[in-house]
Amino acid sequence: MADAGMLRFHVPEPEVRPGGTPDFSNVPIPKAGSVPRPEIGVDPRTIRDMAFSINRVLNRNGEAVGPWAGLLTDEELLTGLRHMMTLRTFDARMQMAQRQGKTSFYMQHLGEEAVSCAFRKALAPGDMNFPTYRQAGLLIADGYPMVTMMNQIYSNEADPLKGRQLPIMYSSKEHGFFSISGNLATQYIQAVGWAMASAISNDSRIAAAWIGDGSTAESDFHSALVFASTYKAPVILNVVNNQWAISTFQGIARGGSGTFAARGLGFGIPSLRVDGNDYLAVHAVAKWAAERARSNLGPTLVEYVTYRAGAHSSSDDPSAYRPKTESDAWPLGDPIVRLKNHLIQLGVWSDERHAQAEAEILDTVIAAQKEAESHGTLHAGGKPSTRDMFEGLYAEMPPHLRRQRQQAGV
Amino acid sequence: MPRRTMIEAIRDAMDVSMGRDERVVVFGEDVGFFGGVFRCTQGLQAKYGKSRCFDAPINESGIVGSAIGMAAYGLKPCVEIQFADYMYPAYDQLTQEASRLRYRSNGDFTCPIVVRMPTGGGIFGGQTHSQSPEALFTHVSGLKTVVPSNPHDAKGLLIAAIEDPDPVIFLEPKRLYNGPFDGHHDRPVTPWSKHELGEVADGHYTVPLGKAAIRRAGSAVTVLAYGTMVYIAQAAAEETGIDAEIIDLRTLLPLDLDTIVASVKKTGRCVVVHEATLTSGFGAELSALVQENCFYHLEAPVARVAGWDTPYPHAQEWDYFPGPARVGRALIETIEA
Repeated sequence: MADAGMLRFHVPEPEVRPGGTPDFSNVPIPKAGSVPRPEIGVDPRTIRDMAFSINRVLNRNGEAVGPWAGLLTDEELLTGLRHMMTLRTFDARMQMAQRQGKTSFYMQHLGEEAVSCAFRKALAPGDMNFPTYRQAGLLIADGYPMVTMMNQIYSNEADPLKGRQLPIMYSSKEHGFFSISGNLATQYIQAVGWAMASAISNDSRIAAAWIGDGSTAESDFHSALVFASTYKAPVILNVVNNQWAISTFQGIARGGSGTFAARGLGFGIPSLRVDGNDYLAVHAVAKWAAERARSNLGPTLVEYVTYRAGAHSSSDDPSAYRPKTESDAWPLGDPIVRLKNHLIQLGVWSDERHAQAEAEILDTVIAAQKEAESHGTLHAGGKPSTRDMFEGLYAEMPPHLRRQRQQAGV
Repeated sequence: MPRRTMIEAIRDAMDVSMGRDERVVVFGEDVGFFGGVFRCTQGLQAKYGKSRCFDAPINESGIVGSAIGMAAYGLKPCVEIQFADYMYPAYDQLTQEASRLRYRSNGDFTCPIVVRMPTGGGIFGGQTHSQSPEALFTHVSGLKTVVPSNPHDAKGLLIAAIEDPDPVIFLEPKRLYNGPFDGHHDRPVTPWSKHELGEVADGHYTVPLGKAAIRRAGSAVTVLAYGTMVYIAQAAAEETGIDAEIIDLRTLLPLDLDTIVASVKKTGRCVVVHEATLTSGFGAELSALVQENCFYHLEAPVARVAGWDTPYPHAQEWDYFPGPARVGRALIETIEA
């Protein structure tokens, strides 16, 4: 019989705080290749274990092993590496541009490049992503022009969103990238609605929903799971578990009690955990989930286990809440280094070629940046017009807005 | 011309719209097989199938959020929130998402949804079946807000709302579902079959959004009202003998300011009436607009008659609801001011 004394309030704490030694010994890392690959029509009840394991393809020696390996050609892998390297370089340049005052704000993907870059290659043209602010790899891997991304970040005269949106809140219907909102989790249920619409229309296109570990605590995460499950919507429900939601560790969103993937199980949704720093594993699982959706088998929930190596945003200093060297201790390593080592192991890549590619990519990104800056930056050069502020709210401008636009002198 | 109740008119509007455009889908709690707790969607599932009209989980944010995704895909969802009092879980989706999707994506994505919600009191609905939250929508840039007061308008406005390329909040005064209500709760209610505005044409027609209707022409005072309050104002004018010009706004945003200003410039006086609570209610916006646009024509302060600044009570229904006696007093005071 437990002691029925005074109640005590429980608040989870991360294992280590600044000044401490990083410790991920509580994160069990299964061996690469150890997770079986079921048929897409599998009864979800028989694969519940997959929500508690981590599906990995690349082993310590950089070899691709197990039933989820072998889906990509060397050429595709080299392209994937280039996408991740481009995103990382893009991030570094834009982070620097923010520090130089050329824009107000930026958010990096450091350490999470494989998730969005590899996922994008599993989708077909016409599919729609409903991303958060940390999946720009979906655009990079789909060939969206970097100059246009930068124009948006600089809110300049060539900004496709006319200066109305905070930097990095991109939108591109053409590239299957739904308009990003600042409100967390809202897009998760919208993705399900888009997928429902595709099914209602007897279409063949599918949707992908994106959310972070912290935002799974939002109500719309639950809404999305209920709707996706009820209507068997053709949607991939992605959870990017990078361990941190600004300063709060994933335990505050109640990670650690089961897994984020396991939250799909109560809805009968097949739910998998993947090594988010393993380009091959991310791609393989995304492809499996996409095939399920396209075959009218309904939603799949995928948790990508990764680590937010950078600051939350350009306004954040992680050393205030976690050890500075924590990302070095992360047991799943760096996605770029791991794919690079795999390609070297395959004999199609080398340290020299890698260094050369890094230099080439940097040149390309700098050239794009120069072009974007010729259209202006936040405080200098060309900018969207004041008139743009009033336009485009409604299909047709209502009288009260027209009056206000006149008052503003435009 | 056939006469229909407001319920039948609203159902007919969805029927006509679904028949004309296969992109129109209808869903919400109890909306499918059962046909809605107010019968507004009765028969639609049987006629158009479960892919076009279906039941939703009890999750308002999910209903509106999924509708936004459908609209982004290219459908035209017309969804129902069972009571306006229960729209709050969807408020995030409505105010931050639906309203801004076109703007923030510079037209890359749009959100042509209609969100129907039964609104208003006078039915002993208590705190969570009586609210009038229109001011919470008119304050949101990017939404349109509509409140019909009769079957003819309800059908025409709803079809117009479904065809509108932007998100529309469609507030249906449930007190008016079966007949007009003048606030005399002690008298039997007349059904719509006895009222000329119960005449609802078959087939397709629209009542344009953003256009008010003058329900009673008058010269002494302008009354700005919408929904159930239109009939309260009419009763108050008759009972006081004051020659009021009663304007049924129909659409709160975009607002038909021209009709309002022309009337107040003619009468020199204005009384604003709504069921919603007074402070920061839509009446405050109307009053300010009249003052700004008609200042030199006003012969009395703009008066507001509204629900008290309390939650909507149960037992005190008729002490709360702004009835013809309260509106009548405001008319007299404004005339005598």
